[in-house]
Amino acid sequence: MAQALGYLKETASQTAGPYVHIGLAPGAAGFQTFAQELGRIIAPEGVPGERIRVEGLVLDGLGAPVKDALLEVWQADANGIYPHPEDPRVAEVASGFRGWGRVITDFDTGFWSFDTIRPGPTPGRAGKRQAPHISFWLVSRGINIGLNTRMYFPQDQALHATDPVLTSVEHPVRRQTMIATRTAPATYRFDIRLQGDGETVFIDV
Amino acid sequence: MTPAEFHQRDRSLHPPAHVPAYKTSVTRSPRLPLLTIRQTASEITGPTFGHGDIGALDNDLTLNFAQGGMPVGERMVLHGRVLDENARPVPNTLVEIWQANASGRYRHRKDAYLGALDPNFGGCGRTLTDENGRYHFRTIKPGPYPWPNHVNAWRPRHIHVSVFGTAFSQRLITQLYFEGDPLIPLCTIVQGIPDPSAIERLIAVLDMNASVPMDLLAYRFDIVLRGRRSTMFENRLEGN
Repeated sequence: MAQALGYLKETASQTAGPYVHIGLAPGAAGFQTFAQELGRIIAPEGVPGERIRVEGLVLDGLGAPVKDALLEVWQADANGIYPHPEDPRVAEVASGFRGWGRVITDFDTGFWSFDTIRPGPTPGRAGKRQAPHISFWLVSRGINIGLNTRMYFPQDQALHATDPVLTSVEHPVRRQTMIATRTAPATYRFDIRLQGDGETVFIDV
Repeated sequence: MTPAEFHQRDRSLHPPAHVPAYKTSVTRSPRLPLLTIRQTASEITGPTFGHGDIGALDNDLTLNFAQGGMPVGERMVLHGRVLDENARPVPNTLVEIWQANASGRYRHRKDAYLGALDPNFGGCGRTLTDENGRYHFRTIKPGPYPWPNHVNAWRPRHIHVSVFGTAFSQRLITQLYFEGDPLIPLCTIVQGIPDPSAIERLIAVLDMNASVPMDLLAYRFDIVLRGRRSTMFENRLEGN
């Protein structure tokens, strides 16, 4: 027998289930326990940047909206800085910027939306730049392990051509699943398709 | 120094997206392979939380919804540590839980189970780990309950657990179960995990040393998040 490596094993994921709201958005479950729910404000008023709304649906393999999903998003500020101690430029991050948000899909329609600012490009590996994007993480009943994807902006075509994540998608047609549609001057539509035609690219982060 | 990447996720320890016996997963499971990437700042960073985000009673489910009385059921402490795969504690990270009450009923507008609501029990809590990665909650042991996956399907007693870690790539939601529950081997959600030892690690264990005499029992549940690579000859995030 060789020596043991001794690493611990990651705890297994389990579905968030249909009642995820109780823990993570109790107001939606129908009661208030906490003085404040987390993830409501990504970029408070006064944070510099272009104010935008992002909205859409999560669609299942039959094309039906998923009405009990929870999405979390993580993004950089308008200068491409993450509010995290390991971002080398964190000292310059916009004051009050949280960068993280949490939304649920509507119980009746499946529609979700959040307000934020448009992120700037962020550093990639090996001196490359990443096109502006918002990272998504999605859970619901029937999803056994959280799904990660990214949303890019349609006006950044030149940056998309060199973005290390978008360009690593083998089939160019699938890259479009990670690019939102502008439906109004500051509104972006980003539908996530879990399965079937136009299945969103999900990332093993 | 540029931040190091996290170890790749060992997906053999997790349930696959598509578990045919868990019927809801059939139309909610991606069928195309996940995209493999090298982690960037977007994956290596993640949200941070502080004590200003949570309230003093947020980790006490026996009090944080009480309407002048105590909730019904077996009083218990849930405690443990959040560690990474390198066995390092994960301090100051947000742990959120939610659960059914002792009757197996959720306080949720969509739950219509026969089991009674408890006027003194909401069923959600949250806390930050301390500098050693420790967390604790006071709560009520949840009851099992039926669900419509197949005829006579019952969920074992469980508490849902959500953990952040320090990076968006560590984000994890799971469920903890209780030592000795005979419903565990019958549950299609649990048994979707292909590795029996990974199931064992989801089972909280009775911890008499942390129990409080004449007051409550304790169960211990440690959570392991992905760990980071060492930086011996690391490819750096920028340059290299």
